[in-house]
Amino acid sequence: MLDVQNLSMRFGGLLAVDQVSLDVQEHEIVSIIGPNGAGKTTVFNCMSGFYKPTGGKILFEGKEIQGTPDYKISRLGMVRTFQHVRLFNSMTVVENLLVAQHRHLNNNLISGLLKTPNYRTREKKSLDRASYWLERVGLLELANVEAGNLAYGQQRRLEIARCMVTEPKLLMLDEPAAGLNPSETRDLNQLIVSLKEDYNVSVVLIEHDMSLVMDISDRINVINQGRPLASGTPDEIRNNDDVIKAYLGEA
Amino acid sequence: MAAHNLKHALFCAIVTLVIAYPILGFNLVASGTDIILEGAKTRTVILVLLAAVAVFLFQLFRDNVMALLGKAPALNPLANRQPMEQGKRLKLESIVLTLIIVGALFWPFFVSRGAVDLATLVLIYIMLALGLNVVVGLAGLLDLGYVAFYAVGAYTFALLSQYYGFSFWLALPLGALLAALFGLVLGFPVLRLRGDYLAIVTLGFGEIIRILLNNMTSLTGGPNGIGGIPDPTLFGMEFGRRVKEEGNTSFHETLGIAYSSEHKVIFLYLIALVLAVITALVIRRLMRMPVGRAWEALREDEIAARSLGLSRTAVKLSAFTIGAFFAGFAGTVFASKQGFISPESFVFLESAIILAIVVLGGMGSQIGVILAAIAVTTLPELAREFSEYRMLIFGAAMVLMMVWRPQGLLPMRRTHIELKAQE
Ligand SMILES: Nc1ncnc2c1ncn2[C@@H]1O[C@H](COP(=O)(O)OP(=O)(O)O)[C@@H](O)[C@H]1O
Ligand SMILES: [Mg+2]
Repeated sequence: MLDVQNLSMRFGGLLAVDQVSLDVQEHEIVSIIGPNGAGKTTVFNCMSGFYKPTGGKILFEGKEIQGTPDYKISRLGMVRTFQHVRLFNSMTVVENLLVAQHRHLNNNLISGLLKTPNYRTREKKSLDRASYWLERVGLLELANVEAGNLAYGQQRRLEIARCMVTEPKLLMLDEPAAGLNPSETRDLNQLIVSLKEDYNVSVVLIEHDMSLVMDISDRINVINQGRPLASGTPDEIRNNDDVIKAYLGEA
Repeated sequence: MAAHNLKHALFCAIVTLVIAYPILGFNLVASGTDIILEGAKTRTVILVLLAAVAVFLFQLFRDNVMALLGKAPALNPLANRQPMEQGKRLKLESIVLTLIIVGALFWPFFVSRGAVDLATLVLIYIMLALGLNVVVGLAGLLDLGYVAFYAVGAYTFALLSQYYGFSFWLALPLGALLAALFGLVLGFPVLRLRGDYLAIVTLGFGEIIRILLNNMTSLTGGPNGIGGIPDPTLFGMEFGRRVKEEGNTSFHETLGIAYSSEHKVIFLYLIALVLAVITALVIRRLMRMPVGRAWEALREDEIAARSLGLSRTAVKLSAFTIGAFFAGFAGTVFASKQGFISPESFVFLESAIILAIVVLGGMGSQIGVILAAIAVTTLPELAREFSEYRMLIFGAAMVLMMVWRPQGLLPMRRTHIELKAQE
């Protein structure tokens, strides 16, 4: 469903991403790994429309989307989380989820002001969807707490829930396990697998936690200094000499 | 640390001297055709020196003073109040609000004409502040030229009535819509700007509108303004002693009561009250709608908002447009109340006052903003003797607020949303 071909991104003199290709099929978890500064987040930023790549193509469901504005990309069904959690901190947990559903709610102003029955039905639906996902990530009791007051692990889960209420086809997670303790990481592991199994969402995952990556990925892409180093199944990557030298060996 | 403090304190004291001495010390005195510069009197010199010493001491012991001030909230009886239970609070709130509105409806019949007039002005400021609250408090866009939209509303009515004989009721929606249109048009160029840059551009826009009004003499009368703006009518009944317009009747004759100039004042007050209540209710509803949440989301984190499919353009423009719409509303009422408007009424100071109301009240909080509007508009009237020092008191109040309660009088409280667990 997603096909990235020879993606390049240059910042002035720095070629942060150099000819990276990757593809994601439906019902698949694909990981991107590589040392810090390898250009992983930059790949995400290109895919999600924050940067306009300086070279290469990005195809989503057969359509070229490179350079499409960010807010349009998420409307196509590709949403992302951020390496550093970005919540609407002074809004409550449930409001964070409601913001994300503005499209389902996007009636015109008048029907909202008058609270027409149609508007109410939609509003109720998005509240139901919000409480469903809050329950799913274990935040239902905290629905009316300001998002900025949540613990770090809870904020991470809220960010994923906020993506899921938009009912995406493809989810891009940028280091979702960073800063989590081992038990939280295990929960995250199960959550991501369940997103794929139960909700039929494909996942692109950037992650440093190798056990998590090896455990749940269907395929892995390794990039190093902006260039693709290897790609394949977890087993192939584990036994790839280049990867061991460049990345695993150093850890 | 101490040495640094000393240096800083000295510096502040010197700045005080340098600024205060020429401003307060020198006087321009007219003698015949000449103007002579007169030196400072000893008394002034001593006062300026005392002020410098005060600044020096304050800066030297600033940390201690601020720590004391920081403790002050503990003295505030409301600070540690337990939040009331949700259902009970909502009920109480709606009862109190209804009582206030009913009270406000009947109150003008028992007080002086001056008080009603002032109250009308307060209501106009409430409308303005509620509208600006959308732009600054909710959407987080610092708009320093808000008064421009107020001017557009007022001048729309003034011009339409002067040239085409439009009545208040026709001009009211038109003024608001035209102001909204201006909001939309200004919105476009400033979309990409943030923070200080946005503030500067909007400030410039406000000034441009005022200068245009000042200079398009043939249309707007320039600094002379426009007079003879008609009062609102009630179902074709005029409130003047004699009917001005063909086809209208007069209020006191129709009802068979004696003419009183107070009828008109009270009627205007009631119109302003109704419009202010409508403004508050509409904005309150918008805050709980997707648009309102989108405004806040954009204020909180623009990148995250965009990643979720919110278009920055649409969200910012809607905030600007809706804010401007209510300023236009207020402007029309203002023009009708004054009967005469000139660019004088739409100077930057007005923008600053409205912004101060929003900040003092607590960004995003409607009740806070309404209370602050009442305080900021009525206090200077009550303390007439101090009117020379009005801006000084204003500034001091702002500084104290920022130290003591940076979140405003009544910070915004999130709405509680009841969720049912799903099976
Ligand atoms: N907006 C930008 N401007 C300039 N350089 C950037 C920008 N974004 C990322 N870079 C650079 O690109 C390189 C890759 O960064 P990044 O994609 O964040 O790496 P990773 O996520 O793999 O740790 C880094 O050297 C970084 O400094
Ligand atoms: Mg990164």
